[in-house]
Amino acid sequence: MIAKTDKIDIQALLEESHINEVLDKLDQDLVGLVPVKQRIREIAAYLLITKARLQLGIEAAKPSLHMCFTGNPGTGKTTVAMKMADILHRLGYIRQNHVVSVTRDDLVGQYIGHTAPKTKEVIKKAMGGVLFIDEAYYLYKPENERDYGQESIEILLQTMENHRDDLVVILAGYYDRMGTFFKSNPGMSSRIAHHVDFPDYNENELLEITKLMADAMHYNLDEAAFSAMKDYIEKRKQQPHFANARSIRNALDRARLRQANRLFNDAIMHKKETTAEDLSLITEADIRASRVFEGGLNGEQVAKKP
Amino acid sequence: MMTNLNGIVTQGQFSFLPPLTDVQITAQIKYALGKGWAISVEYTDDPHPRNTYWEMFGAPMFDLKDPAGILMEINNCRKTFPNHYIRVMAFSSVRGVESPTMSYIVNRPKNEPGFGIVRQETDGRNIRYTIHSYATDKPEGERY
Repeated sequence: MIAKTDKIDIQALLEESHINEVLDKLDQDLVGLVPVKQRIREIAAYLLITKARLQLGIEAAKPSLHMCFTGNPGTGKTTVAMKMADILHRLGYIRQNHVVSVTRDDLVGQYIGHTAPKTKEVIKKAMGGVLFIDEAYYLYKPENERDYGQESIEILLQTMENHRDDLVVILAGYYDRMGTFFKSNPGMSSRIAHHVDFPDYNENELLEITKLMADAMHYNLDEAAFSAMKDYIEKRKQQPHFANARSIRNALDRARLRQANRLFNDAIMHKKETTAEDLSLITEADIRASRVFEGGLNGEQVAKKP
Repeated sequence: MMTNLNGIVTQGQFSFLPPLTDVQITAQIKYALGKGWAISVEYTDDPHPRNTYWEMFGAPMFDLKDPAGILMEINNCRKTFPNHYIRVMAFSSVRGVESPTMSYIVNRPKNEPGFGIVRQETDGRNIRYTIHSYATDKPEGERY
């Protein structure tokens, strides 16, 4: 019997699980995303309290942990999924701290009878950890009624129900397309306990991300380069296929390419000396040379400058 | 019948012990996964000790991290072949080893008739002995 006066030390439970470290790291590593961080904290608190309830015997069944992350590309869904796995692992809800990241290709086969073994194979690999399905809405293609995606969804649903202790499934995708996906697969929707929406980054946040990424790659951007980057972000946001942090990463990668070219030319053609500082400095010119400033992906620029 | 305490086929590891429970099987799989071995599930209805090549139940499972997936496959196999011998094998791909490192039976028929001894009279009234499984008198698939 459970006495009403039975006590449990939540503080001790928290300290022993070390989830605070993960949450703090989440705060540090990820710029912006305030609502997401808030949700993750809420989920972590809920999981911790449920653990306490389980220990006291108030609760018998483990809670449903399947989640859905919605948001535009490059808003950090995969990164947060990794952190989520860490939190779940520390609280003892999953046995292995690993995330198996898959897309439609890994789950759905090309001919009859190919899908089930493929999906099962993936599920077996993810067992004990987190199965992260990116662009999950692709699994369901309403325009083709013979599509094998449905078979895969059914196997997933079955596993999500029967192996709740062994596997946590996280679905990810665009907000509106995931909405249609859930509408046509109510079984999936009802099995997902937590929906987390990832907002787009604003310009200041993107600039901060630029700095973090450059630091991580051991590059420096000077003042002028930063203001060029600011213009770049403003312009890039208006153009198609903008992918938040991923676009920033690509922009930096291309700036590195131009910087390398510039240094190479300076050293070989002009016989200039190269210092350690030069090697890690990205200048305004490296960023301003981007095609984004010339109208970007729109217009004929694409054909002329691939 | 061969001299054997429980009257059951004894092959591989743990076969003189009572049948392994799922928890014990999970612990064994965990050990094998920890060593980086690939695990496979095989079945047969021919219990002769020299029958080393059993049928594979699905492909060997590489890159798994957790025993739950393998246990799921074992249970699938048990459901499909409830009256067959099923064994779990671990394979080490380490260069120079490249062979099975563990093998143990996780499922057996309810009734194992065992082996009889067959005497063959040869030249000079010599006798050759061989063992013969009573079960294999029937065709494959109908033995247990």
